[in-house]
Amino acid sequence: MTAFKFSKENAERVKEILTHYPPDRKASAILPLFELAQRQCGGWLPKEAIEAITEMLEVSLIRGYEVATFYTMFNLKPMGKYHLQVCGTTPCMLRGSEDLKGVCKRHLGIENKETTKDGLFTLTEVECIGACANAPVVQINDDYFEDLDEKSFLKILEDLKADRKVKPGSAIGRQGSAPEKRRAHAKGK
Amino acid sequence: MLKVSDRIFTNLYGTHDWRLKGAEARGDWDKTKTLISKGKDWIIQEITASGLRGRGGAGFPTGRKWGFMPPDDGKTPRYLVINADESEPGTCKDRDILRFEPHKLIEGALIAAVAIGAHVGYIYIRGEFYAEANHLEEAIVEAYKAGLLGKNAAKSGWDFDLYVHRGAGAYICGEETALLESLEGRKGMPRLKPPFPAIVGLYGCPTIVNNVETLAVVPTILRRGASWFGGIGTPNNAGTKIYCLSGHVNTPCNVEEAMGIPLKELIEKYGGGVRGGWDNLLAVIPGGSSVPLIPKDVCEKVLMDFTSLAEVKSGLGTGGVIVMDKSTDIVRAIARLSKFYMHESCGQCTPCREGTGWLWRMLIRLADGIGSPKDIDVLEEVTYEIEGHTICALGDAAAWPVQGLIRHFRPELERRLKMNHVA
Repeated sequence: MTAFKFSKENAERVKEILTHYPPDRKASAILPLFELAQRQCGGWLPKEAIEAITEMLEVSLIRGYEVATFYTMFNLKPMGKYHLQVCGTTPCMLRGSEDLKGVCKRHLGIENKETTKDGLFTLTEVECIGACANAPVVQINDDYFEDLDEKSFLKILEDLKADRKVKPGSAIGRQGSAPEKRRAHAKGK
Repeated sequence: MLKVSDRIFTNLYGTHDWRLKGAEARGDWDKTKTLISKGKDWIIQEITASGLRGRGGAGFPTGRKWGFMPPDDGKTPRYLVINADESEPGTCKDRDILRFEPHKLIEGALIAAVAIGAHVGYIYIRGEFYAEANHLEEAIVEAYKAGLLGKNAAKSGWDFDLYVHRGAGAYICGEETALLESLEGRKGMPRLKPPFPAIVGLYGCPTIVNNVETLAVVPTILRRGASWFGGIGTPNNAGTKIYCLSGHVNTPCNVEEAMGIPLKELIEKYGGGVRGGWDNLLAVIPGGSSVPLIPKDVCEKVLMDFTSLAEVKSGLGTGGVIVMDKSTDIVRAIARLSKFYMHESCGQCTPCREGTGWLWRMLIRLADGIGSPKDIDVLEEVTYEIEGHTICALGDAAAWPVQGLIRHFRPELERRLKMNHVA
């Protein structure tokens, strides 16, 4: 890869981000800039981008590497088009996240940290993503898919494979984190 | 039970418009200027009198925290930092505030900024909350346009700039000093305290770090009065709280209720009961993954507040209630939490870096019945070697769930060892 450069549009965004911090504290922008670069590079952060950004922010390269390796959201190698981030922590585990990992294994043939041969999906078991009242949850790229089971998750994967649009949020039609109506009513009867 | 009229978060589920117009219709930004004009001492006094305790987990009195700010020398910048790095397993309350009630948070931030003398604020939101950060940023743009932020914010005479800073995946950044390190552009490794952030915080300047829910309730407290807020809840545990119900309940949800509501009522009324009925309950983790579990017999009577839960050797923490029915493999459920802490340890302190992995490996062995009864004692001992021997509370948080398991489920651990031995 050749030297990394922000696109014209992103360069404007960088300028705006830098105004958030005192002029002598540019290093603060390292997370937002890495994130922006990762987006521009199609979901991963190449070494060249780390180098360019540390230079821009006047911090040492080693510090750039430290930050890039410390935070889990920076991907240091190319990822599948859809990054399946299955939450595996206890609240999701209690509601069937193991089954969702099973779906990935059976239908996509991938285990944790693997990418499908067609480059479409990468599976990562992530730690709590903070939507426990809607467990189990899978984050696909930026979007949360909630209240999943094997069937609804498989449908999402099939839709993505066929390049059909998928709708983030609750798979069972819940409004935010409100109690599921159907069940709440059934109990009242 | 909390009266509907006493609810602060009237758009918790996003049924209404979260934008400025909708927020104003629900009473946000109402006479903010008048509240601010009563002065910073009045604000701090009211918040102290209301009995508000931080909603991020530790439960430190908010008014007292604000009072720790040193006198303003007129030269050193002062900062307000808002902790929206919600990552505690079982907790998803701030997410709803960020996406559906962002203006409550922004208004609370302005008022807090006046109280502590800050002209700049940062909201540190976890990177995974992408949609939530977008709502928040839109709400901030709206507030600037309406003159509620920026120069002479809300015509109060106070200048206040508020920025969103997105994290990038690290539970530890929810620890306030790790958050500050991260905001300064480094790895999120907690700092030694003292000095506390109020004295040496962001960029070495006086800083107050508050949780999202804490600040979002501030405007309503000031509008309705400290005695209103203080009148809800139990002694030393004032006000309302958003509880998150997850795990084996029929209808998992978030709900705002009074502090000190009985746990059983919370589960039965809002969670639709335990899956398979109350008698199918095994145990509950009442305050996010960091607090020890409590078995069914304790769940019968305990109240959801800091004092009552501490009395049963657990804690209110963040109010994230994880319910486990009898189908749960309790050892694996806790082992998974140990794996979480292993993954999230920043690696700075040896007891935590080495100990968290050790706890996890030991627990998965015990889950399979491998080992001897003596291993349970060793495991327990190791948790006490981690607890209290680290810079931040992550070590404690990793130790407590395991201690809770041994305290209440030792016979289960022994049973597995015996079964394996016989086989």
